Amino acid sequence: MSTDTRAAITIDRHSASGKDVRTTKSTAGDKVVGGVSHVVMVIWSLIVILPMLWTLIGSFKTTKEIFKSPFGLPANWNFDNYVSAWVDNNFGGMFLNTVIVVGVSLVLVMVLGAMCAYVLARFSLPGSKVIYYLMLAGLTFPVFLAIVPLFMILQNMQLLNTLAGLIVTYVAFALPFTVFFLFSFFKSLPYEIQEAAYVDGASEWRTFFQVMLPMAKPGMAAVAIMNFLGLWNQFLLPISLNADKDNYVLSQGMAAYASSAGYALDFGQMFAAVMITIIPVLIVYILFQRQLQGSVSQGTSK
Amino acid sequence: MSPRLGGRKLTFDFISFIAVFLLLPLAIFLIFVISPFVQALYYAMTNWTGFSPNMDFVGLDNYVRLFNDSTFKQAMLNNVVLALIVPLITIVIALVFASMITVGGPSHGQVRGLRGSSFYRVISFFPYVIPAIVIAILWSMIYAPTGLLNGALGALGIDTGQFAWLGDANTAMGATIFVIVWSMVGFYMILFIAAIKGIPAETLEAARIDGAGRFRTVTSILLPQMRDNVQTAYIYLGIMALDAFVYMAGLNSTGGPGNSTLVMSQYLFRTAFEKGQFGLATAMGVVLAVLTLLFAALIIGVFRLIGGKDEGGRA
Repeated sequence: MSTDTRAAITIDRHSASGKDVRTTKSTAGDKVVGGVSHVVMVIWSLIVILPMLWTLIGSFKTTKEIFKSPFGLPANWNFDNYVSAWVDNNFGGMFLNTVIVVGVSLVLVMVLGAMCAYVLARFSLPGSKVIYYLMLAGLTFPVFLAIVPLFMILQNMQLLNTLAGLIVTYVAFALPFTVFFLFSFFKSLPYEIQEAAYVDGASEWRTFFQVMLPMAKPGMAAVAIMNFLGLWNQFLLPISLNADKDNYVLSQGMAAYASSAGYALDFGQMFAAVMITIIPVLIVYILFQRQLQGSVSQGTSK
Repeated sequence: MSPRLGGRKLTFDFISFIAVFLLLPLAIFLIFVISPFVQALYYAMTNWTGFSPNMDFVGLDNYVRLFNDSTFKQAMLNNVVLALIVPLITIVIALVFASMITVGGPSHGQVRGLRGSSFYRVISFFPYVIPAIVIAILWSMIYAPTGLLNGALGALGIDTGQFAWLGDANTAMGATIFVIVWSMVGFYMILFIAAIKGIPAETLEAARIDGAGRFRTVTSILLPQMRDNVQTAYIYLGIMALDAFVYMAGLNSTGGPGNSTLVMSQYLFRTAFEKGQFGLATAMGVVLAVLTLLFAALIIGVFRLIGGKDEGGRA
């Protein structure tokens, strides 16, 4: 849309200052609309927050206490549920697997994605349009279409049920998004600086790593956050390609634990497992809340 | 003259640079993403079981089989229902919330948002970062006979008698749709707020001076300006609903009572990895992909029709 690129005056700034130059009194209609809006938003906030609160408090309670009163506080606060989830149900091992798989994939996809986007955006090579459209196809088609052949490819490469196999598929499927986002970013960097690096005798490699990549830091950060969340939350790839219990990642471990127990589920331990899974993403969310909402907003101007 | 590529001399530096920077990521992408997509088209026309290396070419038999399979048709119908309902509800709620937050303030002076809007934004966005499988498992516990929902209703004096929300064919689908909407509203609310903020303040002021109330401002100014954003949201949400695998795996991994929440992706997964009918499962994947493309084309077409009507109204 053409209007998206115009300079926008943020509406929020005016409400944040709180002072109205023209001190007109609010009409009755204003109060009703404002009041209704607040009531609706508060109710929605409660619908979002209460399940989370139930989980957090529940993770410290025994299952008996959870059923007795949903929001009652535990008789004694302890980490029993966490210990048994972490040790007895091996969520500790899965946590480690998840950190390894997500950590390595994230570094690889950021480096490979940035390199690929840089070449596509700044060198006019024959065939780069084709590569660009292939990436678009990779982004559009459902992963389910690929899942069976992918299973066979990994099996033939002896990578099925290994962390390495999971890492390489994570990288491959996160690559299109990474390249797309960074493509427009590298495109917008000034050409003069790249030329200056060449004139100073820098090789292509050095120009990228010492000159261009540092300039792309804001874009890299935004994509890295999105990729971290996406990879940490990945579910289909691990349950199809990683059936070895020792190599389980958290998301599939949670599902396996929940379905093995059914209605006889130990709620307290399940809550502790949920907390173990979501604490890393919550930390990332709280730390990078602004950047994250910023990159969502950026998507609207495309 | 020395050989050149893309306007550059073919030095060792440049060749090694292209090999590593372009060919390495491209190779990974082609092997693990593009080649499975292409192979799928072939496997879908075989009776391959995955356990033996032998397979026969059966042409379109798998598709004929699928469309005579009442369970698959039920799953496809469930997917279609999800793809029509989930985006609609999510987008309407997200639009209402986004409008409340951005233009819900007093009607005098400048167009202003609601007080405390950043608090609502941070809270609403929250479910987006939580793994979908965790959301689904958590809600399966909330819906459980002894879960939070029955407990909360009991506290309000409504005795539900330990009703199993996901265990009854009448409520299972509704309960499932609610969970998906719950997890998606915040993200699209933020997206729409960003879109509204991209509308020039002068436009809003002009509408106000012309005497437009809040409702009129939303319907006549905001919505037409946000058509592209709503269209994108519709397509993304629809694609997500045509998959829906993660939510279903956490809420009702067996497909729900009477297959009332079974979706194609679940059936595909079961056919491939439990029954080992790889050929048939891949054919389901092709059907899913075709439906996805049809859905996207349909939405783009519908929005073009709506868009054509008042194109002149766009500045």
